[in-house]
Amino acid sequence: MEGQSVEELLAKAERDEAEKLQRITVHKELELEFDLGNLLASDRNPTTGLRHAGPTREAELKALARDNTQLLINQLWQLPTERVEEALVARLPEPSTRLPREKPVPRPRPLTRWQQFARLKGIRPKKKTNLVWDEVSGQWRRRWGYQRARDDTKEWLIEVPGNADPMEDQFAKRIQAKKERVAKNELNRLRNLARAHKMQLPSAAGMHPTGHQSKEELGRAMQVAKVSTASVGRFQERLPKEKAPRGSGKKRKFQPLFGDFAAERKSQLEMLRVMNSKKPQLDITRATNKQMREEDQEEAAKRRKMSQKGKRKGGRQGPGGKRKGGTPSQGGKRKGGLGGKMNSGPPGLSGKRKGGQHQGGKRRK
Amino acid sequence: MDALDRVVKPKTKRAKRFLEKREPKLSENIKNAMLIKGGNANLTVTQVLRDVYALKKPYGILYKKKNITRPFEDQTSLEFFSKKSDCSLFMFGSHNKKRPNNLVIGRMYDYHVLDMIELGIEKFVSLKDIKNSKCPEGTKPMLIFAGDDFDVTEDYRRLKSLFIDFFRGPTVSNIRLAGLEFVLHFTALNGKIYFRSYKLLLKKSGCRTPRIELEEMGPSLDLVLRRTHLASDDLYKLSMKMPKALKPKKKKNVSHDTFGTTYGRIHMQKQDLSKLQTRKMKGLKKRPAERKAEDEENKSKRIKKN
Repeated sequence: MEGQSVEELLAKAERDEAEKLQRITVHKELELEFDLGNLLASDRNPTTGLRHAGPTREAELKALARDNTQLLINQLWQLPTERVEEALVARLPEPSTRLPREKPVPRPRPLTRWQQFARLKGIRPKKKTNLVWDEVSGQWRRRWGYQRARDDTKEWLIEVPGNADPMEDQFAKRIQAKKERVAKNELNRLRNLARAHKMQLPSAAGMHPTGHQSKEELGRAMQVAKVSTASVGRFQERLPKEKAPRGSGKKRKFQPLFGDFAAERKSQLEMLRVMNSKKPQLDITRATNKQMREEDQEEAAKRRKMSQKGKRKGGRQGPGGKRKGGTPSQGGKRKGGLGGKMNSGPPGLSGKRKGGQHQGGKRRK
Repeated sequence: MDALDRVVKPKTKRAKRFLEKREPKLSENIKNAMLIKGGNANLTVTQVLRDVYALKKPYGILYKKKNITRPFEDQTSLEFFSKKSDCSLFMFGSHNKKRPNNLVIGRMYDYHVLDMIELGIEKFVSLKDIKNSKCPEGTKPMLIFAGDDFDVTEDYRRLKSLFIDFFRGPTVSNIRLAGLEFVLHFTALNGKIYFRSYKLLLKKSGCRTPRIELEEMGPSLDLVLRRTHLASDDLYKLSMKMPKALKPKKKKNVSHDTFGTTYGRIHMQKQDLSKLQTRKMKGLKKRPAERKAEDEENKSKRIKKN
């Protein structure tokens, strides 16, 4: 008797469980595809079931919607949750549907003239304090801006320097100097901007159709398209009134075939002499400057790497190996075997050194 | 172009912030939608635009005046509006004898038209015709697409992508489970698209996941596909380009096999095998007497050598 009741209880519990699960399970032939980051579900099952419906279409659509929503909710409820201020919050994954952007990807800005120089020399910006002690007013004032610490413009007395014209207006001179500095700064900024724009254009601009290209870009794109055939554009026809492109090749200047006989003879004899001489030619000043520049760059790169690595993964080992190749400005061949690295004194010393100090510059292999 | 990289720099901080909001970024802002009436818009179309505006608030702009343009012929005025209001999605409604109750839905890339699809409205039930309580504005809707038509033709695929783009709302990382109130359901059937929106009612179901009951709430549209103006493949590819910084990073030294086992690779330094700690077997342990004898032997050996 008892055994039966226990069995009955178990069976009843099972039935209850199944019923509960039935309330939230939905049977579909094809599984739905979910993109939970966008709260999106796609049902690929064909909608033939609804074809015959006429007036009951709304009810059928609602039933289909209910089933699909139930499946989506089931998926959402399985996400990891946490409690944030007495509300149950689920953490959504990244959206997996790829949608087009609304604006193009931002391009990296080319460096300004100062930034290139600072990178080369390894100059880092010094951290400055916000406030400076001002003796005149006896309080802490900001470094620049409104009510700054040492304000030149507020002086009521300027001493005439010994070598200046006594009739000159020193106040006007100061204002004029400031205006010139501002104008120079603006000019440099605009020049940097123009250089940046010029740099950006050659990078395959006009090759991607964006819809707003200038006439020159379209022309260049057309040129490139013409030349990109197997016979490099030799047999491409031109439109009836189209003119041949001007200046599309590289310019090479040659000496005239016969002209200055003396100069030609001199240059050829010089060439023979250089070829015959066993010793390599070495311009010491150029070589030492090149070496110094390369060392500066390496130091700067090392320091940058160390600071970056220090910032990101604090306390790891020093920089990775020596960087290959210097700046593009260093191209060209090296005369003479400057094989090893020369320790040319403390880095950061600029300016040319006379060749006399580095007699050891010539190293033979 | 950076706000500071312009020829004429912004003079106030507010202007600078305004420009910075509109410039291209790595991870972009939420797309705004502009809803425009054509020169001959009728009541249905106007009501549709108003309802969609209610769904898309606050990321939408509804223009009240009529604008006499034809999107499929001339896109310059649309592009001008997009540039002025910084909107990359648009919806244009018009009505004439040849195309009654016309709705053009589209999106922009870099302030130029990317895709445009024209839909005809066959039946429309507005928000105010269905008398029940609505959900608060700004809720993120759930989107469901039913029907295999949405993957068969290119037109339908772009339309699906356009609908997702239009209605999806801001991208969030967490969502409050009780706040999921709103479902938009798109069914493709017999060449028509049925757009229905329902309000969600969560009922008890005995286990953790609730049972869903739906209540028709919002605008419902029966749409039919008319003309399309889709972007060329390379322009579409260009617009989909993801910057390198946002690409998911690959995990190195981890691999999976077909059975689901995860393998990892550890790189170890060279071990000194003489100092290796092996299992201690008590029987092999040297007893103190033996050790002494060994030491003496070694000592005598050394003395002999010396």
